[in-house]
Amino acid sequence: MNELLLTVCDLAIGYPHGAQQIRPVLNGVHLQIRRGDRIGIVGESGCGKSTLAQALLGFVRDNGVRMRGSVNYGSEELFGLAPDRLQAIRGADIAFVPQNAGQSLAPHRTVSDQIAEVLTIHRGMTGHVAVQRINALLTQMRFANPTQIASRYPHQLSGGQQQRIALAIALAGEPKLLVLDEPTTGLDVTTQAQLLALIHELSRDTQLATVLVSHDLAVIAQSCQRVLVMYAGSVVEDGEVSHIFRQPSHPYTRGLLAAIPDITQARLPVPLPGQLRHMVDSTQCVFLDRCQFAQPDCAVAPPLIQLTPQQAVRCHHWQTVTQQVDRKYDTTLLPPVAAASAQAPVLQLTALSATYARPTWQWWRPTKTIPVVQQVDLHVQAGQTCALVGESGSGKSTVARVIAGLHPPLHGDITVDGMRLHADVAQRSAPQRQQVQLIFQNPDGSLNPRHTVAEILYRPQAVFFGRTRAQALPHSRDMLQKMRLDDQYLERLPRQLSGGEKQRVAIARAFLADPTVIVCDEIVSALDVSVQAAVLQVLVDMQRIHGTALLFISHDLAVVRAIAQTVAVLFAGQICEHGPAESVMTTPHHPYTIMLLSAVLSVAKPMHSMAASTADPVQAVPAGGCPFRHRCAIAIAQRCADQIPPVQQLANGHQVRCHHPPAVLHAYRQDILHLDM
Amino acid sequence: MSLRTHIGNIRLPWAVWLGGGLLIVHLIMALFAAYVAPYSPTAIDTAHIMEPPSPSHWFGTDRYGRDIFSRVVYGGQVALLISLVSAAISVLVGGFLGVTTAYIGGVFDDTVMRIIDAMIAIPGVLLLLVIVTGLGSGTAVIVLAMVLSYLPGVVRVIRATALEYVPREFMLAARVRGEHVWHIVWVELWPNVLDVLFVEFAMRASWIVLSVSGLSFLGFGVNPPIPDWGLMVSENRAMLVTAPWGALFPMLAVSTLVVALNVVSDEIAKLLGVDRGARI
Repeated sequence: MNELLLTVCDLAIGYPHGAQQIRPVLNGVHLQIRRGDRIGIVGESGCGKSTLAQALLGFVRDNGVRMRGSVNYGSEELFGLAPDRLQAIRGADIAFVPQNAGQSLAPHRTVSDQIAEVLTIHRGMTGHVAVQRINALLTQMRFANPTQIASRYPHQLSGGQQQRIALAIALAGEPKLLVLDEPTTGLDVTTQAQLLALIHELSRDTQLATVLVSHDLAVIAQSCQRVLVMYAGSVVEDGEVSHIFRQPSHPYTRGLLAAIPDITQARLPVPLPGQLRHMVDSTQCVFLDRCQFAQPDCAVAPPLIQLTPQQAVRCHHWQTVTQQVDRKYDTTLLPPVAAASAQAPVLQLTALSATYARPTWQWWRPTKTIPVVQQVDLHVQAGQTCALVGESGSGKSTVARVIAGLHPPLHGDITVDGMRLHADVAQRSAPQRQQVQLIFQNPDGSLNPRHTVAEILYRPQAVFFGRTRAQALPHSRDMLQKMRLDDQYLERLPRQLSGGEKQRVAIARAFLADPTVIVCDEIVSALDVSVQAAVLQVLVDMQRIHGTALLFISHDLAVVRAIAQTVAVLFAGQICEHGPAESVMTTPHHPYTIMLLSAVLSVAKPMHSMAASTADPVQAVPAGGCPFRHRCAIAIAQRCADQIPPVQQLANGHQVRCHHPPAVLHAYRQDILHLDM
Repeated sequence: MSLRTHIGNIRLPWAVWLGGGLLIVHLIMALFAAYVAPYSPTAIDTAHIMEPPSPSHWFGTDRYGRDIFSRVVYGGQVALLISLVSAAISVLVGGFLGVTTAYIGGVFDDTVMRIIDAMIAIPGVLLLLVIVTGLGSGTAVIVLAMVLSYLPGVVRVIRATALEYVPREFMLAARVRGEHVWHIVWVELWPNVLDVLFVEFAMRASWIVLSVSGLSFLGFGVNPPIPDWGLMVSENRAMLVTAPWGALFPMLAVSTLVVALNVVSDEIAKLLGVDRGARI
């Protein structure tokens, strides 16, 4: 067995709650980390995973208190160690990559300065030696041009690049243990896949032990050997990834796995009932109030039971849980796509283009504009969901804002139910405004912090139906009930709601206007998986009742697969592939769609050989020709640069915008995805 | 966020007790001046001129034999009335301007803010003197002068606070719903700046107390014989060595009121979670 690096023994950390109480956020955590271990810590927000990650470096946030337990590095106890010794260990032996790496970099110093700092402090390197080492590190981080990157400032780098710089800084001290807190959260799927591959390689080649904290089970499944599933400060299941994800023995792990949408199935995931409550009574099982397997004896907290050398679980009834037959998906399938010509679309975008003005100090010159959306044609039919998919910066949200009338398009038409909408929302008539509703990504921003839920739900009814508060109340109640929220919520303020509840109130507000179309802009991306499943379920239920058309904007292909009938893939403001979800997801044709699908991580399947794992994503989108050509593995040198690719019609209204004939794209897909279709 | 939810579980530091206590004492003295003051503030008593503090005259008497304690008590009425009224007007008008410019933006915002900048650019005392010499003295003029000199700051602070909320999604949702601009400003935006507005009120009030006293000290404030702290310091400063009580007690009154208001506004800011670093 490998050399033991770090031992966490019965660690409990708490934060003050009220005047006298200390509420534990970590309770009795045991963990041993050996050289070359790849350990994942997974759980939903508030489960204590970040606190544990920081505790591995002997760090507790300012107001936190270590209640008991120890963290030993070798023979040294990190808590209570002299500051200079602790400083020497951190960085040189144990390194940390924080969440939001972009914000952890000093904005006023170049990349090389920031790496050199670590080299000087921990390895005593200066001058020429340091420069060489910086170049070596950046090369290792797969930067094509290390000297150029070294001289840049953090704001000149993309999110993925910043994350790799943070990784380079962490590795500069040549640590034996690397702790990564949500390293890929907020990154595009393709960037995420690259970064994970890189971390994997490092740990394999240098025997570096890694602890990866994430809320995303797929990320853990792809990059770790062992996983700790945390719930409310306790480790509820611990063991080999292959065992735990194949045969979960804790009800929580099982629930989490069921809540993940699966890209291979067009079905809704099953939400976990209830929500995470902070530990009130540490004598009972932490998961008791949400557990469907709960028995009277669960009032006594179960110990961590070692089932096999590869798996330990904190549940009295693990045998029942393990034997339970999976009810992984909602049994009802989505309604099929209506035949393309059968119905007139309710929302139609025709040749829509939009630009943003580039801010300039040269006020006497005409402002330059950046095209964000180019010639988008899209239609959504009544009662159906059309998903608009793309990476950050692809123009998805701009499409939403243009439809809502918040951003004037350069040209193009928006028609709803055959009626042409004015570009500016202020110029639209009340019935026109009523027909299009918008739900936002950020649940915290979409509700007025000073208004109660009752007030929030009353406004659209007052504006569109002229109801008084008294008249609106029964409708609001009814709608809340459909959202599975009870009457008590009417008097609450947004800060008294959880993220999922806020988003359900936002959905209720949109449906209370009785619209024809709802534009959902990344509405579940800020939510935990179990909550996400519940929100999706509510949304789809409401859609079935009201027959509303949804334009569902998302970067998450698995979510899209679960709820959409048609999919449009947006790259650099252009739709590069469009068609029935089934067809686009199983037989993608455009190289970009193929790349996106290959980068999707799944708990069940191993990672695909990445289509773009070597290329550094090019930030600037080239003008003219095909915008994807710089990232495309099968670009045709002259033609893709000079000519705008034609739209090719495939079967079932599936369209693709590419120069290659379908047969070539088909072969390319086989090559990358190894799909047997 | 209501004050009520907080007060139960927060242990107040001693400074707050002191500040709050002082403020309450000042308010009671001003409100019930007629009962608190043993003499009329303007009653001249030639038999007791420049007497040091004694049981019959707690703070002593001035050169006309007027009771300094009674004058300090009545002076509090003037100080509090002017400062609270001016602060209230500054905060309401400034808050309104700040919220409206933040939401409407564009040329309107630029115009209003450049005027505000111009007002801020004039040194405070100079602005006060110009107004007072131009319009003459009197309580109304002083209130006007105070509003004009403290309003610009309020506008900037409230505009900055409101700007944080303007791009939020609930504001967009209101626009998409087609709400009237006044609904958006008053119902959606205004409640979100109330915290800051309240803190602004308490803080500006304390500054205004100081400014009014300063103005009176320079002789541009209220007209004698109205008892005013600044005026009293000015009248009695010549005898600072021979009869220091004449100037000392009004000074003490000014400083305790200013400190009290400051401590209280600080504490309100902390309770409401208002970031005081954001102000100018």
